[in-house]
Amino acid sequence: MQNERILTAAEAIREATEIAMDEHPEAYLIGEGVADPGRIFGTTKGLLEKFGAARVIEQPVAENGLTGIAIGSALMNRRPIMTHQRVDFALLALEQLFNTAAKSHYVSNGHHRVPLTVRMIIGRGWGQGPQHSQALEALFAYIPGLKVVMPSTPSEFKGLFLAAVKDDNPVMFLEHRWLHYVKGHVPTGSYAIPLTGPRVARSGGRATVVATSYMVLEALKAADALERIGCPIDVIDLRVLRPLNTESIVESVRRTGHLVTCDTGWMRYGIGAEIVAGVAEKAYDSLKSAPIRLGLPDHPTPSSLILASEFYPGADHIVRAVGKQCALPEAAIEQACEEVIALRKGVPIDKPDPSFSGPF
Amino acid sequence: MLGIGEVFQPDTAQNLLYEMLRIRLIEEEIADRYPTEIMRCPVHLSIGQEAVPVAVSAVLRPSDQIVTTHRCHAHYLAKGGDLTAMLCELMGRTPGCCGGRGGSMHLFDDKAGVLLSLPIVAASIPVGVGAGLAIQQMGRDDVAVVYLGDASVEEGVFHESANFAALKKLPVVFLCENNLYSVYTNLRDRQPDRPLTDLGRAHGMPSVRVDGNDCADIHASVTKAVDLARSGGGPTFIQADTYRWREHCGPNYDNRLGYRTEEEFESWKLRDPIAALRRSMLELGWIDAAREAQMVEKVNEEIKAAFAFAEAAPYPIPETAGQGIYAE
Repeated sequence: MQNERILTAAEAIREATEIAMDEHPEAYLIGEGVADPGRIFGTTKGLLEKFGAARVIEQPVAENGLTGIAIGSALMNRRPIMTHQRVDFALLALEQLFNTAAKSHYVSNGHHRVPLTVRMIIGRGWGQGPQHSQALEALFAYIPGLKVVMPSTPSEFKGLFLAAVKDDNPVMFLEHRWLHYVKGHVPTGSYAIPLTGPRVARSGGRATVVATSYMVLEALKAADALERIGCPIDVIDLRVLRPLNTESIVESVRRTGHLVTCDTGWMRYGIGAEIVAGVAEKAYDSLKSAPIRLGLPDHPTPSSLILASEFYPGADHIVRAVGKQCALPEAAIEQACEEVIALRKGVPIDKPDPSFSGPF
Repeated sequence: MLGIGEVFQPDTAQNLLYEMLRIRLIEEEIADRYPTEIMRCPVHLSIGQEAVPVAVSAVLRPSDQIVTTHRCHAHYLAKGGDLTAMLCELMGRTPGCCGGRGGSMHLFDDKAGVLLSLPIVAASIPVGVGAGLAIQQMGRDDVAVVYLGDASVEEGVFHESANFAALKKLPVVFLCENNLYSVYTNLRDRQPDRPLTDLGRAHGMPSVRVDGNDCADIHASVTKAVDLARSGGGPTFIQADTYRWREHCGPNYDNRLGYRTEEEFESWKLRDPIAALRRSMLELGWIDAAREAQMVEKVNEEIKAAFAFAEAAPYPIPETAGQGIYAE
């Protein structure tokens, strides 16, 4: 396409933050690293220089305390944007997020608002290990009162982030670190993508694949390969995990009869379980095969490349799951799997997939 | 330590006595009525601890913010929190400050500057510091008073909050009411033998210890702390020693459990903050029996009317329980 403005998701979130802080004079950015030389993987670059230290606050290493402080300021009509370079660190702040942020509006019978956005980055690869690469979105999605958003493409990063900051509720904004490198068209100016539900990323009709975050890209890769073997599928980017809107998913499964979920977290008690349950409740009769959940195996993330080699499901797993549900010929499934694996060009699994350079 | 004659004008002292009597009588009425089960939520009464909130509030403006804890009734009332909204909340009624969604540990009153109360120990401390940050960002000269108990300094979040408040010179006063017990466990069994004020000092802020049952002593220190905060000088830590007369949670006395001695309890009853102020005022001729009887009568009328209102107030509609989870 001509005149397409191509940005990485990291650049998109940086631009979105700048726009949000221009639009909301009461907004401020706070986190460990927002004003240091690394600038949260470059995503807060230039903001200290533009907005000053009063609005771009390098915080002490005190996640729970600073979360409570952000909440207190939000109750006083400020609009904090908080960042965690790894979601694993945000675990220290769960007390404030779950007890205070999530419940203030409800418990005050609607008097209090907590316009707080919390950016949390999910790590992967390069030996990050058990406490630097957890995808804990299901934990946040469990709590009524929080909103939970997982963007996938650069334009979605920008639009969903602008909506998150504008929202008068606590929004957990979970970014997969590998998505930061992904390139795509990002419109100029300000646009908010409403935090109301999923996005249909691909319409194919033979099966329904519901994916979150980074797994949306794996699902699209699988969809391309499946299409080439005559099995076009629907890919639904869940996008907003809470409040959960399953309408478009149910509608899709009613047409396809097959459901595969793939998300970035553990399979047990995960997002996939909630999606499958929701579909079973509403479209049980439409199911032609048992739904398949793809997620992480039931153990912590090992650091070693060798130990982690089978840890993450990818596009080939999605191809096999859909192939099984749709009873595709074995040879065709193998061909599609080989195609998606070849896209990685032999890059070790602890580095981002080079085929994810986009645009998406 | 300064006497009340040096700290207060007669009318201020009279107001303090009135406010303490009011809180005492309200709490006693709650305790008396609690067995009827009309207040179906936990209650953490402030009887014996009235001096701190009353003396602190005498220094504050409505636009100053307070945050408080599970034991929040006295802080809320002293700051000007609406009594009927509190009683309705305890009774789970619609006009409750939370519309019946919070109960006794979630009292707030926006008009009075009671930002919120939280039941989890130490959880409201950072929220209060955040109010201080907001005040600083908006360029106002208000202050945020963070009420905390002696146990909450055992929580990490106290230190995180104190560190940030001192670092950014936020307009905050940490008012630590030391009533010696966390539920049934004495301070000496929870913390090493060191002054609590050292904790404030360790975070680089002025730190003082006051007699938490002496209005004059509290008022003098809080005035200094609030002046410092308003003028951009940053936070102060104040330790106020006081004593809870009744059980941790509920309307009764519980000395029979043996976690504290009868002698200790009686020694603290002799230091009743209301009796202490009354004594000083009698000496100065600032109060007499007739005047105090008028005060009690006025409070009792208010209490009677407030309970009558609350008991007649409607309950929320059950179907609304799932509404208002998110702000529109």
